[in-house]
Amino acid sequence: MKLELRGITKRFGDFTANDRIDLLVEPGTVHALLGENGAGKSTLMNVLFGLYDADEGEVLLDDAPVVFTGPGDAMAAGIGMVHQHFMLVHPFTVAENVMLGHEDVRGPAKLLDLAAARRKVREISDRFNFNVDPDAVIEDLPVGAQQRVEIIKALSRDASILILDEPTAVLTPQETDELLGIVKDLRDAGTSVVLITHKLREVKAVADTITVIRRGKVVGTAEPSASQEELASLMVGRAVTMRVDKAPATPGETMLQVDGLTVVDDAQVVQLDGVSFDVKAGEILAIAGVQGNGQTELTEALLGVVGTDAGTATLDGELITGRSIKDVLFSGIGFVPEDRTEDGIVATMTIANNLMLDTHDKAPYAKGFALQPKAIADEARKHVEQFDVRATSIEQTAGSLSGGNQQKVVLARELSRPLKLLIASNPTRGLDVGSIEFVHKRIVAERDAGAAVIIVSAELDEVVALADRIAVMYHGRIVGIVPPDTDRDTLGLMMAGAHQEEAA
Amino acid sequence: MSAEGQTTEATPDEEAPRESRSRQVLREIAESSSMVVLMAIVASMVIGGVLIIFADQAVRESAAYFFSRPGDTFSAIGDALGSAYSAMFNGAVLNTQAESFAAMIKPLTQTLTMATPLIFAGLGLGIGFRAGLFNIGAQGQVLIGATVGAYVGFAWSLPAGLHLLLAVIGCALGGALWGFIPGVLKARTGAHEVIVTIMLNYIGLYLVAWLLSLDAFQREGSDNPISPMVADTAQYPKILGAQFNLHLGFLLALACAWGAWWLMERSTLGFRLRAVGANPSAARTAGMSIASATIITMVIAGGLAGLAGSAPVLGTQKFLSASTAGSLGFDAITVALLGRSRPLGIVLAAILFGGLQASGPTLQVNANLPVDIVVVIQALIVLFIAAPPLVRAMFRLPAPAHEKEVAA
Amino acid sequence: MTATVADAAPAASTAPVAAKTWRSTIALAVIAVLSLVIFGLGTGSGSTTTFVVARGTDFVHLPDFTVPSRVAAIVLSLVGLALAGWTGYRANQRRKVGLWLPIVYGMAIMGALLTWAGAGRDATSIQLTGLLTSSLFLAVPLVFGALAGTLCERSGIVNIAIEGQLLAGAFLAALVGSIAGNAYVGLIAAPIAGALVGLVLAIFATKYWVNQIVVGVVLNMLIVGLTSFFFSTVMTENGDLNQPLGMAKLPIPLLSKIPVLGPVLFNQNLLVYLLYVAVAVMQVMLFRSRWGLRVRAVGEHPKAADTVGINVNRTRVRNTVLGGAIAGLGGAFFTVASGLAFGKEMTAGKGYIALAAMILGRWSPRGALAAALLFGFADALRAQLGAIGSPIPSQFLAMTPYLATIFAVAGLVGHSRPPAAEGVPYKK
Repeated sequence: MKLELRGITKRFGDFTANDRIDLLVEPGTVHALLGENGAGKSTLMNVLFGLYDADEGEVLLDDAPVVFTGPGDAMAAGIGMVHQHFMLVHPFTVAENVMLGHEDVRGPAKLLDLAAARRKVREISDRFNFNVDPDAVIEDLPVGAQQRVEIIKALSRDASILILDEPTAVLTPQETDELLGIVKDLRDAGTSVVLITHKLREVKAVADTITVIRRGKVVGTAEPSASQEELASLMVGRAVTMRVDKAPATPGETMLQVDGLTVVDDAQVVQLDGVSFDVKAGEILAIAGVQGNGQTELTEALLGVVGTDAGTATLDGELITGRSIKDVLFSGIGFVPEDRTEDGIVATMTIANNLMLDTHDKAPYAKGFALQPKAIADEARKHVEQFDVRATSIEQTAGSLSGGNQQKVVLARELSRPLKLLIASNPTRGLDVGSIEFVHKRIVAERDAGAAVIIVSAELDEVVALADRIAVMYHGRIVGIVPPDTDRDTLGLMMAGAHQEEAA
Repeated sequence: MSAEGQTTEATPDEEAPRESRSRQVLREIAESSSMVVLMAIVASMVIGGVLIIFADQAVRESAAYFFSRPGDTFSAIGDALGSAYSAMFNGAVLNTQAESFAAMIKPLTQTLTMATPLIFAGLGLGIGFRAGLFNIGAQGQVLIGATVGAYVGFAWSLPAGLHLLLAVIGCALGGALWGFIPGVLKARTGAHEVIVTIMLNYIGLYLVAWLLSLDAFQREGSDNPISPMVADTAQYPKILGAQFNLHLGFLLALACAWGAWWLMERSTLGFRLRAVGANPSAARTAGMSIASATIITMVIAGGLAGLAGSAPVLGTQKFLSASTAGSLGFDAITVALLGRSRPLGIVLAAILFGGLQASGPTLQVNANLPVDIVVVIQALIVLFIAAPPLVRAMFRLPAPAHEKEVAA
Repeated sequence: MTATVADAAPAASTAPVAAKTWRSTIALAVIAVLSLVIFGLGTGSGSTTTFVVARGTDFVHLPDFTVPSRVAAIVLSLVGLALAGWTGYRANQRRKVGLWLPIVYGMAIMGALLTWAGAGRDATSIQLTGLLTSSLFLAVPLVFGALAGTLCERSGIVNIAIEGQLLAGAFLAALVGSIAGNAYVGLIAAPIAGALVGLVLAIFATKYWVNQIVVGVVLNMLIVGLTSFFFSTVMTENGDLNQPLGMAKLPIPLLSKIPVLGPVLFNQNLLVYLLYVAVAVMQVMLFRSRWGLRVRAVGEHPKAADTVGINVNRTRVRNTVLGGAIAGLGGAFFTVASGLAFGKEMTAGKGYIALAAMILGRWSPRGALAAALLFGFADALRAQLGAIGSPIPSQFLAMTPYLATIFAVAGLVGHSRPPAAEGVPYKK
């Protein structure tokens, strides 16, 4: 089936997420939709799938215009979608999830025919070697298997066009390769695949056609034979290499010493498995790894957000594990959380208030129990200026700021205390280029001022650009700590769990 | 929707955690414009009027021959509405038929008297809402507060002043205890405060019923389960002289309103509570303790609800019975919602609803209407306030800019 | 904080794991030990308790039976202790215990209490059949209310307005039944009243995104106000509009002759039989039918349901209206099904106990039935102990449903996991 989008425009308030986008997917091909985070790829696919109404433009299937008022229409027309955040009902079994919405039923009461559903799952699973048990409950399955369930869901509805939205974000390199193999098998079986991604390697590996989107607009199409550099410059509109100007590190004394740190979550899963490392004053340790391999737990365990089950961490000789978050923060740790809107800012409070979340009960913000409005405003203005927060007023709510400016508010707050250690998780995710440079500069400045720095990033480019040393995490462990000039293949293998020696 | 939501692709797909949604709703309630509040009151009064017409015997009788003499029906409707609304005014604001000035303003003082417990409890609930807690348990907190305060009042013998002070403190402590339980359960086990506080309302009710069956609480020579009268030394003094019921509790309530404002807007603790209420994970990451904020909020909310219990036992009724709390706890929820959880708004909302309740006896006598109509109007006002788009649609008011965007 | 670990440590892939917690075990054991000490050892060794199971009209006349009080109370307490032990054993294996456990446990402890209360009272005996009959009777509105709550919450709408729906049903049943002069006509009207309340809740929740707890609480006030207003005006002025009507008992041939259970279960009025049907149908439909699968998907992960073409808000509105109708039907219990006229606020908080039964029953019709029966039993016990002069203040027995619910939500007894999307408006 041929799919064509013509002049699709989608606005959210004043923001245009998709601006007159044209796209043509030929039958039986893999079409990559390439673009940075925030370029508007997912919005476009949500429009196609009937989840959003387009403000302008039309969708054509085999040259006939179609209107989807909901995902049901899209699926009935043969379009399947695997969302970035899986659309699986956790307490349901695989078979129940697969049948949901197009159930086989018996009798006037429309009782479920689970046997038929199981058969269907097994059949598709066997055809593509998915190895999925129809009776397994989703919440017990690993992420890779959940993704295969999503694909089964789409295929069981006879999808002839399958949209995969950032499918490899949560996968290890091996799982990614498996998935790319599946994509090829699907194409060979006649299914068109739209692959939404910002990863060049994947695009080059499987795509037949490439459409590049930047800031909501199609900026070009390319053949898979195009070089990575060409693709990258199309995608980001500038030279690809992320470079941070920084002097060589001059590491001092050991600042943070972590010994055998272990975190077991509520479901008894070991999320952090005896991690040991140290970070010296004046150096940046960057932690690389596929998302979900214990990085979040590591930073949160250091801060005390999650409890530790074994091991210790000491900062400048002082034990920080087992203490309250407040104690840890004021022993000299700055913390830039992974999820800015969830953990970094209080969206409904003012910029001024967000800048004092941690120190609101200390001078000059408070005298005794009483807040000092004048001092609060003065400090806020100072910070806003220093960190170049673009806002009309310090009384503006933090939620009304752009992502980059929100991140500057978080940084301004976290760097306002004297720091021995700065922990920053994905500090530039979703930011524009200017903000990224600013954030990187401040992080390096902090290092040069003598603080130890831990950066966690899912972007290998960022890791390599910032790091003085790179620690690679896999399955809750550190598989190795390597210098920043280590070649990418080695890093990739380590991210898949290979030890340094094996990988090299 | 923030600018951030538009610049990253992931955000429109992500489901915000449930807590923040309910907070968002609370905030939307808080931000509803004054126009909507006014229109909601008008709409509720109109619907109340329809009910009054429907229930009026004269109207129904004349409606039976509507087509032969429609004028009768209309005049009956006019009579019914006229007597109802004038009874409300006469009962809540000024008695226009009064002989003396004192009698004329008596309804107003009665309104303020009725508003007193609503202010206390409404303030407590408002603080809870702003800290992100849905406290449905004011009812139980009022009753337990009243119980402790009443006990101090009738069982102890102390000099005037000190006795009152201790009785008032007893009310606050009793309510605080009943707030502490759901607070600590939520902080330690995650038990949802809505469920726990509902259950504690009933546990409190049965506990008091049991206490009243004991010799220590039972009034001598009475067959009813009621306590002895509170000693004179523990009663709130009347502030406008003996002919008015308005008592010192009203001034204390206003002081508490100021205190609640200072706490939430000007103190470090209030800052923490607001931050935790608006985004608990960010507050926690910034070093605030969610558990202690939860417990402190519930203790303060319970304490204020307990003070609401002082109004009947130390001010008006002056003894304890199982029905001392009436429907105060639930009325206070409507007060806090209408007052947008802000102290000034709560005081005004409490006076409005206090006035509606104060007009009850006059409605009964002058318009032959049961006081229940007041409850209906009160509930309708809050329902409308909660859904500004509904009110705007009814009155064709323009929607504010931010709402259009949400709808997009 | 639900970071997913790709193929994480081996433990991740093993079957359902429950957190290793000893809270339930400790709570159950403490209560069982207290029961052992107070009801068991606290009973004089020579006394006996007599249970009367037969009634004059029975087909087969069973003799009364008398048990040595102390031994019986000790045995029942030990059963409770054993169940606590089983909970501990399962907790150690990180396995969950079934719903039957708290129910059986509750009955054992209540039985011990009953034996203790009836000990050494030769003149009075425990009317077992009567106790069970009134348990079922008192449980009727709770079951309907809890079913209503389950239906709404499974689709993601929190229904605090059960109380209002019961009251509205009771009111309209009395009004319409009185006008028609027929209780059964009232029975038909009752669900309409409840459905209307449900509809208002649904509209506010899905169209205006108003916090569902706020709407529920305020609706309860509104219904109390409305029904009281009409009761005090129209109904009082015109007594014909509010008559006590009754529904005859319809004994089912043969089944009603079974000893003990026959008269309890099969000599009831139509509303009780409707209750059996409602529980059975709901249980099957919710967990075995297409409708149920979709409803549960909407309550757990509305977006996932939307992406497979299920209309989330329409499902929620329908369920909330249906739930309201069921609660409204339960409201008929208070008036036409009990032979009473309508009275102000006559539901007296039963809607909130129904909410508790829904939670204790873990959002399943079967569980709701079991929990409601347990609550009904506690209520019936209170009445019977009041009659024979119990050493326990009746107010404490009255508290038990509420206490049990607090224990449940605090994770002290079992574990309750509500539908994940409960109370969250669905916005695209």
